[in-house]
Amino acid sequence: MTADLITFFILALIAVAAALGMLLSRSAIYSALFLVLNFGVVAVFYILLDAPFIAMAQVSVYAGAIMVLFLFVIMLLGTETLPASKALPWQRPLAYFLALVLLGESVYLLFFRKVASGDIPQPIQSFGTPQGVGQALFTSYLLPFEATSVLLLIAMVGAIVLTIREKGK
Amino acid sequence: MELWIEWIIKAFVLAFAILTGFAYLTLYERRALARIQVRIGPNRAGPQGLLQPIADAVKLIFKEEFTPARADKFLFVLAPIMTVVPAMIIAAVIPLGTQFTLPFVDHPITLYVADINVGVLYLTAIASIAVYGIVLAGWSSNNKYAMLGGMRASAQMISYEISLGLCFVIAIMLGNSMSLLDIVGAQKNMWFVVIQPVGALIFMVTTLAEVNRAPFDMPEAEQELTAGYHSEYSGMKFALFFMAEYEKMIVISMIAVTLYFGGFREFWFLQGTVFSVDHFWWLGPIYLLLKVVVLLFFMIWIRATWPRIRYDRLMAFGWKVLLPLSLALVFLTAVGIVLVQQLGSVYIWFIPISSLIAGLIAVLLVNLSLRRKVARA
Repeated sequence: MTADLITFFILALIAVAAALGMLLSRSAIYSALFLVLNFGVVAVFYILLDAPFIAMAQVSVYAGAIMVLFLFVIMLLGTETLPASKALPWQRPLAYFLALVLLGESVYLLFFRKVASGDIPQPIQSFGTPQGVGQALFTSYLLPFEATSVLLLIAMVGAIVLTIREKGK
Repeated sequence: MELWIEWIIKAFVLAFAILTGFAYLTLYERRALARIQVRIGPNRAGPQGLLQPIADAVKLIFKEEFTPARADKFLFVLAPIMTVVPAMIIAAVIPLGTQFTLPFVDHPITLYVADINVGVLYLTAIASIAVYGIVLAGWSSNNKYAMLGGMRASAQMISYEISLGLCFVIAIMLGNSMSLLDIVGAQKNMWFVVIQPVGALIFMVTTLAEVNRAPFDMPEAEQELTAGYHSEYSGMKFALFFMAEYEKMIVISMIAVTLYFGGFREFWFLQGTVFSVDHFWWLGPIYLLLKVVVLLFFMIWIRATWPRIRYDRLMAFGWKVLLPLSLALVFLTAVGIVLVQQLGSVYIWFIPISSLIAGLIAVLLVNLSLRRKVARA
């Protein structure tokens, strides 16, 4: 148990540090790399929680997606660093306010919640296995699954239509 | 505690096997290429040139390490590491054999580092990370050629990853599991290359693109890009890229063998004889090695005989030919599996026949469109 706890805290430290690094880094490339690191650590968390399927999906989907982000950064922004902050005037107070709300909620949940931590039921045996996820996706969640796939297809077609050049123009 | 030591030893053995394999694969490639080109190849260092890899390593260690001006120093050093690491750790889920019992202590030792229930997903996850090293190398070098090489590499690897993933799906469906050990077990009676020959072929083609080997060696393309993403690298940093490329060749051949060519198992008609891995456990790694060497020879052979494909054709081939074809193969495989479940096991032959027909149609269509292009020109 202690070994798990130590692992958790080390990983949590890396995750928070990576998230901060992503926010504070002036270079877009380093920001993206910090984000990759953060997602990697989250994937390790999933493995610790006995959900290897979600962990692998996290790595392949998110890391792959950031790869595309990376290319956008390189192609569109070039290699220069971001200019000094030109924040919108109302952005900063709003951010402080929302952060305060989040902090308050966390403190409330941590110290005043009704359910003790011992009462959380163990997940069922097939939780998070490929078979379990597949069963759930193709039986009880079939409609959302198909709707999502159609949505993604539409997005893909839209991207192609936007980039296509009309002939004769 | 005992288990920990077992895992560490196994991981070390696997890493050493791949590193040694890399060293001798370079020699194997140079000798095989030489033979194809009617030369002799390196044969001076040691008997038959067997010490050549060591000589190469020593040479690279003593070379000057050069970092270009205005390169991003940190990423410049990180990039080769990020290229090598995925190439090594991806091998962790590949089973090398069944298991044997350690003498004296009566402790069973399994011949794989890890058998996880999402083994195939692990492969795709690591493969998607492998792109980073190359792109970062291209970007951090502060060199236009390197940058173009990195961009090409990423575009090519992302495009071909889709068809590769669909070929993984075919193997998962036929093996009814994502664990590589189960997939190998399912090929006991028949290798998947017999059931899904076109799928295996697409797998081989896409893996060539994934490891940036000829005829898909666009990212390096010496004539156009000097050496692509690793133009600016020298000494051991260059050696790491070199190492990653050859390790990837080995590992991807191991994956191909595991998914389509029966893994560490014998030919299906040798079951129950003394040649079976169920009879002698040590035959497993030997069979795997033999199959990998054969596949590697095919890769070298292709490099010796095929010209590089033009970049736009490469992308068109990936998106317009391989992707639809592999999607069709996934569909046909699924239909075949349902037919087997509903009507009987004879219908397994629906899969190879229909996939061969689909492959033939694809070849005919490509041929037709190429001919039309030639006629228009």
